[in-house]
Amino acid sequence: MIVAHNAKRMYRFDLMQRLVARLEHEEAVIGGIGNTNFDLWSAGHRAQNFYMLGSMGLAVPIALGVALAQPERKVFAVEGDGSLLMQLGCLATVATLAPKNLAILVMDNGVYQITGGQETPAARADYAAIARGCGLAGAAWAADEADFERLVGQCLATDGPHFIAVKLDDQPPVTQTERDPPQIRDRFMRGMGAKRSKLLG
Amino acid sequence: MDRAWHQIALDVLKANEVRLIPYVPDNVLKPLIAAIHADPFFHAFTVAREEEAVGIVAGAWMAGTRGMVLMQTSGFATLANVLASLPCAFQIPVLLMISERGTMGEFNQGQAAVWRTMRPTLEALAMEYHVVTRLDECEFIMDRTIQQAHLTQLPAALVLSPLLTGGKPTARQVVA
Ligand SMILES: Cc1ncc(C[n+]2csc(CCOP(=O)(O)OP(=O)(O)O)c2C)c(N)n1
Ligand SMILES: [Mg+2]
Repeated sequence: MIVAHNAKRMYRFDLMQRLVARLEHEEAVIGGIGNTNFDLWSAGHRAQNFYMLGSMGLAVPIALGVALAQPERKVFAVEGDGSLLMQLGCLATVATLAPKNLAILVMDNGVYQITGGQETPAARADYAAIARGCGLAGAAWAADEADFERLVGQCLATDGPHFIAVKLDDQPPVTQTERDPPQIRDRFMRGMGAKRSKLLG
Repeated sequence: MDRAWHQIALDVLKANEVRLIPYVPDNVLKPLIAAIHADPFFHAFTVAREEEAVGIVAGAWMAGTRGMVLMQTSGFATLANVLASLPCAFQIPVLLMISERGTMGEFNQGQAAVWRTMRPTLEALAMEYHVVTRLDECEFIMDRTIQQAHLTQLPAALVLSPLLTGGKPTARQVVA
């Protein structure tokens, strides 16, 4: 088992591109506040992407709601470390409900990067261990890019709930998401097949 | 015999296909929570925080399943940021059912203090909300509020007054 301090520090945008490249079945991806959804956007907009705004910590709960509503669709929550720290209880909820189609990806740079890079109070914490403690038995750190690819493959091929944590370097996001919340919601609903409209998406 | 408020609530939720019920419990909501768990139509479960439940219901609605969050007044007081930035900003009909604590015989000073923040917060968010006080109005208010939330794609709150539910009985101070 990889422990947190042995995990290679990787580039968020590269990992996001690797994740998106593996999605072939209209999997839903919920990007958490700020940089996490910015790099999801930069990796190429998909109709099944949801880009969250200010509700810091809710990427996992939103993804859980999607996963419960559509058990046949794989759903990824991509969340920042500071954000997850704010809503750790959701890991226990996920473990208890145990949706087979949900995967959680935590982007751990150790800081609140978007607000200026201040350190989080989790310097001595291990997110995969926390997830295992909540009941997500398979929670793991990705050792490097190849290991990340392997773990994503596991999420896609096997029943979850899955939990992957990655250590990040300090590179900033590539660009910013276009912020138009009702439009983001509308497109996501079409991507989920939950809305049909003759208006152009 | 008249249906109890919780039976009416259950019937209205069902009639409106509101299935997903994440909640943080409250004593007054006990009979409703028990009835929802007993009915296989619903998927009810506890969450660690009310914020989480708002996220779950928002996500589920965008993927085609309707839901409602159950909580008490103190739970609502934790929600201003996520309500503003998720259901209000994205126009998602997240429904809240709030058991009103802190008024009409409250014995807990914390509950009484937080009660005073509920209406101002709902008003500041410009959220549709209705306080249900009477059994004979219960079905109409609940049904129409839920319908309107979905038709307008906006969040809404149903506040259950102690006038409707009986509230939590006052613990009489025993002075020795
Ligand atoms: C409740 C709340 N508190 C604070 C903020 C301000 N804020 C926005 S993003 C952010 C940091 C997010 O950190 P993390 O999830 O680790 O993502 P990173 O910026 O490191 O990519 C903070 C503190 C907020 N939006 N909401
Ligand atoms: Mg961070």
